[in-house]
Amino acid sequence: MAKETQSQTVGAKPSPVVKWLLIGLSVLFLFVMLVLPLITVIQEALRKGFAAYREAISDPDAFSALNLTLEATVFAVVINTVFGLFAAWAVTKFRFHGKKLLVTLIDLPVTVSPIIAGLIYVLTFGRQSAIYPFLEEHDLRVVYAVPGIILATVFVTFPFISRELLPVLEAQGTDEEEAAAMMGAKGFTIFRKITLPHIRWALLYGIVLCTARAMGEFGAVSVLSGHLRGQTVTLPLQVEILFGDNKYMPAFAVSSILVILAVVILIVRSIVEYIGKEKK
Amino acid sequence: MKKNLLKAFALSGALLTAAVSLTGCGSSGKAAGSNHYSIVNVSYDPTRELYVAYNEAFKKHWESEHDSTVEITQSHGGSGKQALEVANGNPADVVTLALEYDVKAVEDAGLIEPGWLSEFPLDSSPYTSTIVFLVRKGNPKNILDWGDLARDDVGIITPNPKTSGGARWNHLAAWAWAQREYNNDETQVLAYIKKLYENVLVLDSGARGATNSFVENKQGDVLLAWENEAFLSLKEYPDDYEIVTPSISILAQPSVAIVDKVVDKNGTREVATEYLNYLYSEEAQRIAGQNFYRPSNEQVLAEFGDVFDLSINLVTINDFGGWDEAFAKHFADGGLFDQIYEQN
Repeated sequence: MAKETQSQTVGAKPSPVVKWLLIGLSVLFLFVMLVLPLITVIQEALRKGFAAYREAISDPDAFSALNLTLEATVFAVVINTVFGLFAAWAVTKFRFHGKKLLVTLIDLPVTVSPIIAGLIYVLTFGRQSAIYPFLEEHDLRVVYAVPGIILATVFVTFPFISRELLPVLEAQGTDEEEAAAMMGAKGFTIFRKITLPHIRWALLYGIVLCTARAMGEFGAVSVLSGHLRGQTVTLPLQVEILFGDNKYMPAFAVSSILVILAVVILIVRSIVEYIGKEKK
Repeated sequence: MKKNLLKAFALSGALLTAAVSLTGCGSSGKAAGSNHYSIVNVSYDPTRELYVAYNEAFKKHWESEHDSTVEITQSHGGSGKQALEVANGNPADVVTLALEYDVKAVEDAGLIEPGWLSEFPLDSSPYTSTIVFLVRKGNPKNILDWGDLARDDVGIITPNPKTSGGARWNHLAAWAWAQREYNNDETQVLAYIKKLYENVLVLDSGARGATNSFVENKQGDVLLAWENEAFLSLKEYPDDYEIVTPSISILAQPSVAIVDKVVDKNGTREVATEYLNYLYSEEAQRIAGQNFYRPSNEQVLAEFGDVFDLSINLVTINDFGGWDEAFAKHFADGGLFDQIYEQN
């Protein structure tokens, strides 16, 4: 906030033409790239009326896809929250060799193509892998089953929470925790009373981002799914399947579920951002 | 501090284990003590509609003769990709793929026992198809035969022979025409095939993707397609497209097989065997015909005489020395397709 007001007062007064041109271009861009497609999705989904729409989204396969997407998202958020907290904590509060390497590794899923992520797990847990006999003996299926989809989702989303926490923890330093420790506070108390209040909003924001990314994941999940209908198909995969089946209206109807979920997340995000700023 | 760290680690570990054990088993097979079978059919791309209809018919057939219920889970995609996934652990009880070679890939992975080709009648090929051209209504580019595909003004849609079974049949059919046209002069044949691939606009991974590129996204002037896929587009959009039958094409024989390792583990051999056997029944043959696959039963095929061009001149895979030889020459890594496509 402070930065923005500064640049406005310090810099020369920008010409109103440039200002409106930039605003116009941004709005036009957003409209063409975002608003128009979204309207099309909703319009196509409702093309055959609300009854047909309801029928399309209450199809058992669509329902199972929604379930699986939510399941994978919940797992991704819970696991990545725990992991993100640990990682961010370790990196900012302790000094150790290989710290830079750890931070780089955390960022890896952002740079690696999701397809590669999927293939890595196929090679690690698939029939060709060394541990497959063990998995088979214990009747555990990872790839082409729900655990594989959860793994893929966790992989592609794991930087989101730690990345939000890192700068906040970094800025905060370790002084307060050290003081608390000297006064005799135990580990978890320090975390609950000192650290958590500082990072609460960053954490929530990270969770929101992680949720959004987890629900939309396509590439890695596609490689690990096997496309077993009604069993290992998530919402984005179900949309692709329906398109291939020449069922366009249902494809858009299922897409609209994703759009609605995304809008809900956007609203939650804005609220979190707003409250977070107020608290500061 | 340490204790809490450990606790949290244990918690996340437990969560993962729970996910694995909750959902890891029981998607296929026979639940203990119940009369319910669940089998998985991993198939190729254009059979989506066929197996929706057939699965319903089979369910009725099985449940009328047995004291148990059956449920079939489908998976569809490019045939080569599907075979690879089964080899990597996708739990198919049966595979119904686009060609013998892809089933062989599953056999080579140790999942299907040798000899599967003669396990069901007619080389385990309950229905056949061929390769035709789908062009826009009125055939504006006047595409009549394979030779026209090498013209500069023609844009072609065909899937990728690396991943799609249909694309391999396309490639071999074009090759067969060129061999006849150029009296087996390999240099001229190669030059023709090279020109053909130069004209390809979109190389999708599966047949259905290619159809969508041509029909929905309006790409290209001609779609090299499974006959069944071409008829299906015609049924959806009768006023927009027409089928051109080339002077020579190939008898495409999709292959079916039981995945022995999986059915033995799941206890589903009996129901899986009957599932594939019943594909040869008159009822199923008629369903195949209605979905534009050529029934292998001659009598049922005759019923669809006004649908299919039965006089079409067809070569078979045996004219290429069988799938092993054809695959090694054309589609293996570094094979003819790779060479042609890298040069482009």
